[in-house]
Amino acid sequence: MHWRRRLLGGLALVSVLLTTACELSGPQSAMSPAGPVAQAQLDVFMWTYWLSWPVMLLVGGVLAYALYRFRAKSDEDGTSIPHQTHGNTQLEIAWTIIPVILVILVAVPTVRTIFASEYRIEREQYTADDVVVRATGYQWWFKFEYPVEGFVTANEMVIPVGRRVIVELDSADVLHAFWVPSLAGKRDMIPNQDNQVWFSADEPGVYYGQCAELCLGAHAYMRFRVIAVDEADYEAWVDAFQRGAELTQAVQGDPLVGQGRQLMAQKGCIGCHTVDGFYPGVTVGNPDYPDLTNFGLRTTVGAAIRENTPEQLAAWIRDPQVMKPGNRMPTLWTADDPNAEEEAAALAAYLLSLGATADETTATLGGTHGDR
Amino acid sequence: MAIGKLGAPPVVGQPPNTLLNRPTWTEGLFSWLTTVDHKRLGILYLVTSFIFFGLGSIEALLIRLQLAIPDNTLLSPDVYNQMFTMHGVTMVFLAIMPMGIGLANYFVPLQIGARDLAFPRLNAFGYWVYFVGGLFIYTSLFLGGAPDVGWVAYAPLTSLSNNPGLGTDFYMIGLFVSGIGTLVTAMNLIVTVINMRAPGMTMMRVPMFTWMMLITSFLIIFAFPPLTVALFQVMMDRTFDTLFYVPAAGAMPILWQHLFWIFGHPEVYIIILPAFGVISEVIPTFSRKPLFGYPVVILSGIFIGFMGFAVWTHHMFTTGLGPVVNTAFALTSMVIGIPTGIKVFNWLGTIWGGKVRLTTSMLYAIAFLVTFTVGGITGIMLAVPPFTAQAHDTYFVVAHFHFVMGGGALLAFISGLYYWFPKITGKLLDERLGKLTFWIMVPSFWLIFFPQHFAGLMGMPRRTQTFVPGIGLEIWNLLSTVGALIMGVGLILFVLNIILGFARGKPAGNDPWDARTLEWSTTSPPPYYDFDRQPVVNDRDAHWVQKYPESVHGERVPESASEPYDRGGAHIPGQSWYPFVAAMALLPFSYGWLYDNMWVVGISMLVVTVATYAWALEGVGGKHIPVGDARDAGTADGEGGRS
Repeated sequence: MHWRRRLLGGLALVSVLLTTACELSGPQSAMSPAGPVAQAQLDVFMWTYWLSWPVMLLVGGVLAYALYRFRAKSDEDGTSIPHQTHGNTQLEIAWTIIPVILVILVAVPTVRTIFASEYRIEREQYTADDVVVRATGYQWWFKFEYPVEGFVTANEMVIPVGRRVIVELDSADVLHAFWVPSLAGKRDMIPNQDNQVWFSADEPGVYYGQCAELCLGAHAYMRFRVIAVDEADYEAWVDAFQRGAELTQAVQGDPLVGQGRQLMAQKGCIGCHTVDGFYPGVTVGNPDYPDLTNFGLRTTVGAAIRENTPEQLAAWIRDPQVMKPGNRMPTLWTADDPNAEEEAAALAAYLLSLGATADETTATLGGTHGDR
Repeated sequence: MAIGKLGAPPVVGQPPNTLLNRPTWTEGLFSWLTTVDHKRLGILYLVTSFIFFGLGSIEALLIRLQLAIPDNTLLSPDVYNQMFTMHGVTMVFLAIMPMGIGLANYFVPLQIGARDLAFPRLNAFGYWVYFVGGLFIYTSLFLGGAPDVGWVAYAPLTSLSNNPGLGTDFYMIGLFVSGIGTLVTAMNLIVTVINMRAPGMTMMRVPMFTWMMLITSFLIIFAFPPLTVALFQVMMDRTFDTLFYVPAAGAMPILWQHLFWIFGHPEVYIIILPAFGVISEVIPTFSRKPLFGYPVVILSGIFIGFMGFAVWTHHMFTTGLGPVVNTAFALTSMVIGIPTGIKVFNWLGTIWGGKVRLTTSMLYAIAFLVTFTVGGITGIMLAVPPFTAQAHDTYFVVAHFHFVMGGGALLAFISGLYYWFPKITGKLLDERLGKLTFWIMVPSFWLIFFPQHFAGLMGMPRRTQTFVPGIGLEIWNLLSTVGALIMGVGLILFVLNIILGFARGKPAGNDPWDARTLEWSTTSPPPYYDFDRQPVVNDRDAHWVQKYPESVHGERVPESASEPYDRGGAHIPGQSWYPFVAAMALLPFSYGWLYDNMWVVGISMLVVTVATYAWALEGVGGKHIPVGDARDAGTADGEGGRS
C-alpha cells in the first residue's frame, strides 16, 4: 500500500505548502516586496510557481495512477510479460510540444521583466529626482557615499519614499553582493566592475539587507539596512549629514561624553574612523573604514547586527569579536583590564551623542524599525 | 568475500626483462594495486566514492547542526567555511561523479559485450589519480586547514593576499590532479563504446546507461579543460605572482566565473546524465517493458549535453552582465527543460502498461522521478533572471541543486546500486531492510531540503555560519537539521545493508531481476573474462530478446548468428604496476607544488615520465583465452572461473 502512503505524504505536503505560503513575509523576505522592482521579481516568480502546479500534478498523478494500475499483482503476474511497446510517435510529439508551450509561457514574462527591471541607467540619464548612492563593499561592512549631497556613511542607507534610488556598486577587496530582498534582488559588488542596481520604496520602513556573496571571516554578519522615510525626514537626515562637522562640535553633555571624546583619540579610534569635525579643520580617520559621523543617528551597530543602544554599543566596543567573530576591529583592552567597561561605556556615550543635536524628526529615525 | 576472488588472468609468456614483467597476483593487496580489470576498478571506484560520500555526509551533518539554531557556536566561521567547501568539493568531485564513473567502469563493458575497457591500464591510472587527488585534498584537514572559499572558489577571494593559507592551494592542485583521472577515463569510455561493442550491437542497440555514459564522457572532455585553465591561472598567481586575478593590477575577477561555469554547468550534466542512464535501466527492468521512446531519450540526452555548454551564465545572472546576456542565457536554460521533460514523460510511458515490481531499486527510481521533477521545476524558476536576482546564493538555490544532485543523481545511483549489487557480488541485498531504509531516507531527504526553499525566499543567504534570529528563519532551519539527523540514521542502515549483503546475502543467480541487458547474461559475479562466449546481438535489450524472443518478434523469431565470433579466442589484459606508480608520483608532485619545492615537483615528474615509458615497454602480458568455451579454460588452471 505504499502508493497510499505516498499520496498521504503528498497531500500533507500540499497543505503545508498552502498554509505556509502566506507565512513567508518578513523584513528580509523576497515575499514581502515593498517596491516596484521587488514586486516585479516576485510576480514573475509567482507566475512560474502557479505554472509548476499543473506540471507537478500531471507527473505525480500519472506516476501514482500508473503504479496503482500497472503494479504486478502476484508472483505469477510478475513473470507474465506485458506488451513490449517501444514508443509512440504521437505521444512523443505531444510531450515535446507541452514543455515547449510551458517554456514559452515562462519565457515571455521573464524577458519582459528583465528589460523592465535590469536595464542600466547611464550617468547622463540620471535625473535630478534620482537619489544616487555609491555603495562599496568591504570585508565586512558597506560604505554608502552620497556624491550629490556630499557625505559618507556606513551600513545604513536612508532613502526617500517614492524616488528612484540608483546604487552604484563597487568592492574594495573581494566579491560582495548588495541585496535588500524587499526592494530589489541582489547585484554583485565586483572590484574593477561598475555594477549598478536601482529600486524605489513604496512605503516608509526598515528593509534588511545582507551581503550574499561569500567573503570569508565575518561574512554572515555583513548586514545593512535601507531605511525609507518620507521626503521631509529625508531632507532633515541629509541636512544633518551635510552639517556633520558642525553637529560633532556641538556635542556637549555629561563628563562621560567628554571622557569618551578623549578616549576616541587616546585609544586610536580616529586613526581609522572618520568623525567629521572631531578636530576643527582637520580630517581624521581613513576612508577605507566605517565613517562614524552622526553615529547617534544610526539604528544599528556592527554592520546592522545589533540595535544601537548604549549597552549593545558598549559591549561591541569592549570586545567586537564576541558579537561579530572574525571582524577586523581591534579589541582595545585586555580581558582583565579594570577600566575596560567604564571606558567602553564612555566611548559609547560619546558616539551616541554624535548628531544627537540634529532636529527631532531625524533623531527619531531609530524608532522607525518598529513599524515593520 | 566474493569480490576479492574474482581472479586475475595468468601471464601467457614471460617478457625477457624482469623489471618489465607484468605482475600476476590474483589475491591480496597487490592484486588490487596492479589490477587493470574494469570490474575490480569499478568496485574500487564505488567503494572509494562511498567513503568520500560518508565524509561529505559528516560535513553536511556538522553544517546542519551548526545551523539548527541561530547564533550557534558549535563551529567557528572559519571551520564552517571549511566544512561547506569540503562538502561541496567532496560531493561533486569525489563522491557523486565517481559513483557514475564507477558504475560505468563495471557495467559499460558488460553492457556492450566487451571483455574490458579499450585501455585497461589507462583505466587503472584514471582510478589511482582520482584516489590521489581525493587523498591530497583531504590531507589539508591535517596540514593547516582545508579550502574555505566554497566549491566555486570565486576570485579574488582565492588570491594570496586574500587567502594566504594553504587551503586554496589544496583545492586548486587537488582538482587539477583528480581532473586528469576524470579526463583519461572519459577518453577511455568513448573509445570503448565506439570500438568494442559486441557484433551486431549497433549504436541504436546500445543500452541506455552506456549511451548516457558516452555522452557524459564527451561532456567531460570538453568541460574539464576550461577548469584546468582557470585552476592554473590561480596557481600561477599564487606561485609566481602573476596577475590573472589581482584587481589592483586591473584584473577582472569575473573571468574566473566564466571559466569555472563553462566547466561547472556541464559538470552538473556529467553528474546527472549517468543517473538518467541508471533510471533508464531500472524502470524498464522492473516494468518488464522496453524503455519507451528509446531514440527520443538518446536524442534528448545528446541535446541536454550539447545545451549544457550554452547556459553557464545562468550561474552569473547577478554579476551585472546586462539584460541582453541575461535574456539569452535565460532562454537557453529554459530550453533544457524541454528534453528533460521529454525524458521524464518517457519514463512514465515505460511504466505505463507494464508489470511493475516495487523492489527497493524501483522505489528509489520512483523517488528519483518525483524529486528530480521538483528540482527541475525550481530549475526553470531559477532560469528566470529577475527571480534569480532574489534567489541567487540563497537557500532556495541550495534546495534546488540538492533536489537535482541528491534527489536526482544520488537516489538514482542508490537505485542502481540495489539493482546491480547482485551482479557485482553474486548476492542479494535484503529487500526488507532496503525498503525500511528507503522510507527513512527519502522522506528525510525532503524534510532536509524542502524547507530550505522557504528559508531562501525569506532571505537566508547560503555559506553563512549563522542566520539572523527573528525574521522567520528558525523553523525552516530546525526542520532541515532534524531531517539531516534522520537521514544520518538512514545512511547508517544503508551501509549496514550493504555490509550484510556482502556477508550473508542470499545467492542472486545470474539474472535475479529478469532484466534486459547483456550484463545479466553472464554469471554473478562475472568471471574475469566477463563472457564465456562473445555475445552476439541482434536486437535492443539483447538479453531479454534471447530469453523471450517471441515477446519482441512474435512468431518470426530471427535466426541468431550460428557462427561463433570468437573462434580466435579472446585476449584478457594483464596487470601492471606502472599506472599505479605513475599516479602515485602525482602525490609528491602535488605536495612539492603546494610547498613551492620545485625539486620534488621535478623528481615526481621524472618518475611519471619513466613510469609512462615503462608502461609502454612492458610488453603485452595478459591471458589468451582459447577458442570456444572460455570458462573451461579458466577453470583448467584454477583461475577465475567461478560459476
